[in-house]
Amino acid sequence: MFDLANPEKFFALSRRLIPVMAALAVILFAAGLWYGLVASPADYQQGDSVRIMYVHVPAAWMALFCYTMMAVSSAAGFIWKHPLADISAKAAAPVGLVFTGLALGTGMIWGKPIWNTWWAWDARLTSVLVLFFLYAGYLALWEAIEDKARAAKLCAIMCIIGFINVPIIKFSVDWWYSLHQPASVFRAGGPSIDPSMLTPLFLMALAYQFLFFALLLIAIRNEWMRRRIARLERLEMRVMSELVAP
Amino acid sequence: MTRQMTRQQTRAALIAAVLGVAALATGLVLTALGNSVAYFYTPSQLVALAAPPKNIIRLGGLVAAGSVAFRSGERSIVDFVVEDGRATTKVSFEGVLPDLFREGQGVVVQGRVEPDGRLSALEVLAKHDETYMPREVAEALKEQGVWREPSPKP
Repeated sequence: MFDLANPEKFFALSRRLIPVMAALAVILFAAGLWYGLVASPADYQQGDSVRIMYVHVPAAWMALFCYTMMAVSSAAGFIWKHPLADISAKAAAPVGLVFTGLALGTGMIWGKPIWNTWWAWDARLTSVLVLFFLYAGYLALWEAIEDKARAAKLCAIMCIIGFINVPIIKFSVDWWYSLHQPASVFRAGGPSIDPSMLTPLFLMALAYQFLFFALLLIAIRNEWMRRRIARLERLEMRVMSELVAP
Repeated sequence: MTRQMTRQQTRAALIAAVLGVAALATGLVLTALGNSVAYFYTPSQLVALAAPPKNIIRLGGLVAAGSVAFRSGERSIVDFVVEDGRATTKVSFEGVLPDLFREGQGVVVQGRVEPDGRLSALEVLAKHDETYMPREVAEALKEQGVWREPSPKP
């Protein structure tokens, strides 16, 4: 585990892991989408609209998982000043932003036929919208600060404070009356989803998970290379200016 | 005996302190906001209010069995009762009802409380519960007599 903090070892391992994870994601998405959209039954109340769940729920889970991972990485980067930790937090942010947007978008498409409204300012929907803006704000903060070490520090603090929103999202449906239904899978007394619907949901959840890790590893490698290039360019500039000077 | 903290420990403590203070602040704000974060009132909450609210409110609960009545006439107005197991509120609504609207179903209605205590609804939303199952399973459960109507959980 701690070996992976060594960038060279991380690079060697991630080069082999990325194709495996990408392949698993493709297979699981194919299986999950076929099972969810074709082979699974329609719901007794929602009809075929229930199929939106197979895209919506795993996206929302990943939105929370990704932010939690970013907060842990940010804390590790802040405490141990390890560049790989800072980079993994930064690399995860765009992926999390897209997952959150997907959860919001598919939720709206589901809400119109089931609730009879696209949007409601209840605690769950509002707190997820806040999560969306946290991701966007985090990315904006990275871009706004020139000095990368300073940016990493400030972004880490922002990310960790924003983590408070994660338990609020999870428990919003229990703490306050909301239009959004309470948890169906991770709840006391076991899932309240029929097994014929739970199987495609878990297939899709696994597919999202592998997709996330494949994208994360690719993004970490890209960011690492980008910084190396920037470092080399700075070095080149210095050498050039010394050569030009008498 | 005092021991000097390492830089890492100092930074870990700083993170813990920042997170602790921010969590406490958020907790206090949410506690202060209290019920206003809730999306709707329940009928028993509405009954407990000293005076009926003047502004537009939302009311959530189950559509009481046997309470849905469409008024005859040129305009389609529907009357129904929303209950939460302890209290009931009469609602009247003119407009398009959601597909899931039926007796025993959770709904959230938005509107104004009339002087007679009836809620004149501007919008009716269906509330979906956390149960997902195929139609055949729902029918099998009903046949076996182990069907439980969606619990009146507001």
